[in-house]
Amino acid sequence: MSNSGSPCNAQSSLQGVPGHGHGQPLWLLAELTYKCPLQCPYCANPMDFANRKDELTTAQWIEVFTQARELGAAQLGFSGGEPLVRQDLVELIGAGRELGYYTNLITSGVGLNERKIADFRAAGLDHIQVSFQAADPQVNNMLAGSDKAFKQKLAMAREVKAHGYPMVLNFVTHRHNIDQIDRIIELCVELKADYVELATCQYYGWAYENRHDLLPTRAQLERAERITNDYRDRLAKAGNPIKIIFVTPDYYEERPKGCMNGWGQVFLTITPDGTALPCHSARMLPIEFPNVRQQSVEQIWNQSAGFNHFRGYEWMKEPCASCDEKEQDFGGCRCQAYMMTGDANNTDPVCSKSPHHGLIEQARQEAEQPHNGQPLYRNERNSRVFCKS
Amino acid sequence: MTTLTQTPVLNSMFRFQWEKAQDSYVLLYPEGMVKLNAPAGEILSLVDGERDVAGIVAELQCKFPDAVGIDADILQFLGEAHEQLWITL
Repeated sequence: MSNSGSPCNAQSSLQGVPGHGHGQPLWLLAELTYKCPLQCPYCANPMDFANRKDELTTAQWIEVFTQARELGAAQLGFSGGEPLVRQDLVELIGAGRELGYYTNLITSGVGLNERKIADFRAAGLDHIQVSFQAADPQVNNMLAGSDKAFKQKLAMAREVKAHGYPMVLNFVTHRHNIDQIDRIIELCVELKADYVELATCQYYGWAYENRHDLLPTRAQLERAERITNDYRDRLAKAGNPIKIIFVTPDYYEERPKGCMNGWGQVFLTITPDGTALPCHSARMLPIEFPNVRQQSVEQIWNQSAGFNHFRGYEWMKEPCASCDEKEQDFGGCRCQAYMMTGDANNTDPVCSKSPHHGLIEQARQEAEQPHNGQPLYRNERNSRVFCKS
Repeated sequence: MTTLTQTPVLNSMFRFQWEKAQDSYVLLYPEGMVKLNAPAGEILSLVDGERDVAGIVAELQCKFPDAVGIDADILQFLGEAHEQLWITL
């Protein structure tokens, strides 16, 4: 899937209740495949995705949807990789809708055509989110590693709207495109988007590897936020119902995000091979996660060691354990703590109380320096470098 | 200002349904959900694009004969729902 950061940030209406048992898996993210025609250097997929080929079958996916719905899941996201690669997508959409899910297709738009858009609608698809890399074809194509991607995306965004879907456009922003934020917003207005997510890259997976090439400077970020606020006011005054969501990168915060609304509280990700995760980055952690081939979704959500690992507050170390803000941010992101400090129980280094906060400050300083290197593109060849033999 | 002669229509951005796990009506939209309280759920369940506000008031007055001042509550809620872009009027 595209690295929108939305599961961490844009779910205010889906709240978990950590510390009082745990919530329901309201959000089921089905990563149907790691295959993708694009090579975005900020992809959230694991670095060693090329090693994981054994995808769940149609019947196995439908069984997962059925079991998660029983547990209260209401939103179903089809993601990847590029979910359009799955030949059974129409069948999976139909099954999800039949079960009562609100069905979301999260796609790059590459591989989409008018017939598929109509077929998905007929099968009951509720919403299509098209991700863009930039409003400028050259930057878009450079980042997506494909020459035709931009024109295709524009055409598909227009088709999505023409078929009556609510349209969410997702722009992952970073130092190469954030200065074009005015053009990005204008493009979204022109395409008549209902929601726009201007989501700054979250630095996991490929994006962490390419952070030096992606992290904007503080000045870039502040300018973009100011311009976004101006547009928001102006569009609202003109009676335009478009909603613009601006997601800031946590690298410029002093307190961490309340990641996933708490571990194992709201989100359930199923990866292409059936591994169940509390967030789509968690596979990097040194924790054994359950698989839907061996356990029911109910066992996974309620009983598995992996999902109970960071529930509640007992696992916390200082400064989190005695912090009066721990119920707001749950110590931040476990993956970020692990990636940057080597210990997933540590405070997220974004927090200024963390003894490792200097790592974030260092990244901010590095962002001030010009960078001329090439990003590492997300493709099979580069992924093999990270595969454990 | 909402009036009795208007006909509310659910915005196509939202899907309204009974959600067993929440024991309530909800509005579902891209990647989100609004859990509705009981009166809001009752009112929106009657928004079908054909009934006008007066029709909704009459239905609910019939269903809850002891409720006093129900029309003012319904008008107020529909006004709020309109502001939230859940419905058009």
